[in-house]
Amino acid sequence: MARMMYREAVLSTIAEEMERDENVVVLGEDVVGGNGTAGGPEAIGGIWSTSTGLYGKFGGDRVIDTPISESAIVGAAAGLALSGKRPVAELMFADFIGVSLDQIWNQIGKFRYMFGGKTKCPAVIRMAWGAGFNAAAQHSQAVHQMLTGMPGLKVVMPSTPADVKGLLRTAIRDDDPVIFLEHKALYGVKGEVPDDKDFMIPFGHARLSRAGNDVTIVSTGLLLGFCEAVADKLAAEGIGCDVIDLRTTSPLDEEAILDSVEVTGRLVVVDEAPPRCSLANDICALVAEKAFASLKAPPLGVNPPHTPVPFARELETAYLPSIPKIEAAVRKVLSYR
Amino acid sequence: MQLSRDQLLKAYRQMKVIREFEERLHIDIQTGEIAGFTHLYCGQEAVAVGVCEHLSNDDKIVSTHRGHGHCLAKGCDVDGMMAEIWGSREGLCKGKGGSMHIADVDKGMLGANGIVGAGAPIAVGAGIAAKIDGKGHVAITFSGDGACNQGTTFEAMNMAVVTKAACIFVFENNHYSEHTGFEYAVGTQKDIASRAEAFGMKVWRGDGTDFFSVYETMREVLDYVRVPGNGPAAVEFDTERFFGHFEGDPQRYRGPGELDRIRETRDCIKKFRASVTGAGLLTDADIDAVDADVMAAIENAVAKAKAAARPTPEDVLSDVYISY
Repeated sequence: MARMMYREAVLSTIAEEMERDENVVVLGEDVVGGNGTAGGPEAIGGIWSTSTGLYGKFGGDRVIDTPISESAIVGAAAGLALSGKRPVAELMFADFIGVSLDQIWNQIGKFRYMFGGKTKCPAVIRMAWGAGFNAAAQHSQAVHQMLTGMPGLKVVMPSTPADVKGLLRTAIRDDDPVIFLEHKALYGVKGEVPDDKDFMIPFGHARLSRAGNDVTIVSTGLLLGFCEAVADKLAAEGIGCDVIDLRTTSPLDEEAILDSVEVTGRLVVVDEAPPRCSLANDICALVAEKAFASLKAPPLGVNPPHTPVPFARELETAYLPSIPKIEAAVRKVLSYR
Repeated sequence: MQLSRDQLLKAYRQMKVIREFEERLHIDIQTGEIAGFTHLYCGQEAVAVGVCEHLSNDDKIVSTHRGHGHCLAKGCDVDGMMAEIWGSREGLCKGKGGSMHIADVDKGMLGANGIVGAGAPIAVGAGIAAKIDGKGHVAITFSGDGACNQGTTFEAMNMAVVTKAACIFVFENNHYSEHTGFEYAVGTQKDIASRAEAFGMKVWRGDGTDFFSVYETMREVLDYVRVPGNGPAAVEFDTERFFGHFEGDPQRYRGPGELDRIRETRDCIKKFRASVTGAGLLTDADIDAVDADVMAAIENAVAKAKAAARPTPEDVLSDVYISY
């Protein structure tokens, strides 16, 4: 095991996979950084430091700085993937997905089905998402709720450095397009990561990060840690929480959720997307449909409000689900009679 | 360079297959037996064939919503395509794609595309892959005077130049983006190639109603782009669309006698016949024999498509990694 930051897990996994398979190529805005400047290539090395050093090691054919052209970035990833490469494209901020949405939604997600199953599109589209940086409405959003509703895409949302390692490797080796959502507030978080260069975590397998019999809490991304803090606090009071880290929202590990709710009878889903048509709504509906008889309380979602992400510290703090808000929700489902 | 008799016969046959494939669809669609939207390529055959006759399966193309001609010219199976358009389980895409989504990656055909302007970025990626592989292969995107106004096309042109992708932008100017005229929708009211030139590409222009003009122009373009390090290029072919934007389009935007005039004076098939028989390269009998063969092949493709197995409700759920 090695101790490393979430961002280091991204970089080292890409580097290991590029080492292993010459078809893996990286492209995006400033993934080299500094091209065409006095500072020269690698003056920056990626704004998230998730591509630092790749250009020096693998060269400009495989580490491609692009103009600020998100449609062309994802489109080029599509063309590379259809031509036998395994592109890892970076969109920098998930919010920029709007500019490239046609290539994600109408192109890479549909090739395999539309073309009768004969086409592989092994493209990974990485992007930094989420609030917590006071980056305001156009650099802080959740996008998983939208992408999870798009058939043909796999949507991955790691919460820990180890999960980054195992899930990103699976993503790069996968023959289908994968949206890899890296929470920007987690980039500096450290954790133990397996050294095995074939360590992979299969998609659609949730992780039970806390175990208990009284309530099920489902989350992923930054908020997973908040849920764990609530579970730890309640454990001291003798209340047991199952905390389920989904890891991937599509495919979804329905079994892990349903199995847990069948024991606890109570469900809280903590989601960074606004409430309508959110992951929280989706999972509450799933449980209502498939585990209704087990429920002892109405399932409850904890979401931000239906507003854009605000800028000021006080506003963003008020916007995001917090440890007290999650705790209040858990206590509410526990107290339901 | 003079084409051999076999090359001439093959090129003509390819154009004729596209022509008769489309003419037959034009008739069959009116019976209501074929579902969905269909955009026919009739009139532009010289472009698809003049381009694709230079290509191998390792060269890639990305097509458009008006893609039948590109698919056929790139070697997609006639029967498989007809069956696909008829929505059969035995179609090239098992009836899941239809007219606008035909692809055959093994043939280097990376897909027709229902979204105008979506293909160019994909071709840039394929062109980057070709550059990385360094074997002189290329990726070609077909775009019309409609797609040349999409931001994706602009992004793709710049990205291709920046990355020195082995990519060729083939612009087929048929003077109509859907139902709107080129003079209105292309703000410069000039050609499209000059736009590509402004992005820093070497450009060519040719007569898209003349197979030989397309073929010889493309030889020069390909000689250039196949050289490692040269990067992308663009070419514009002036051509004609014999049918409407989609089947069922009343074409009220056409001028009086326009369709008769372009069918009479701008038909690449007629021009080809006149050119090769006039030069004594092929005889009318040679060409008539190809015509008969093609008509039989299309008839056969339609008969097979009509008789082919229909998809089942279970087929909805296959060819996607997960369904809920």
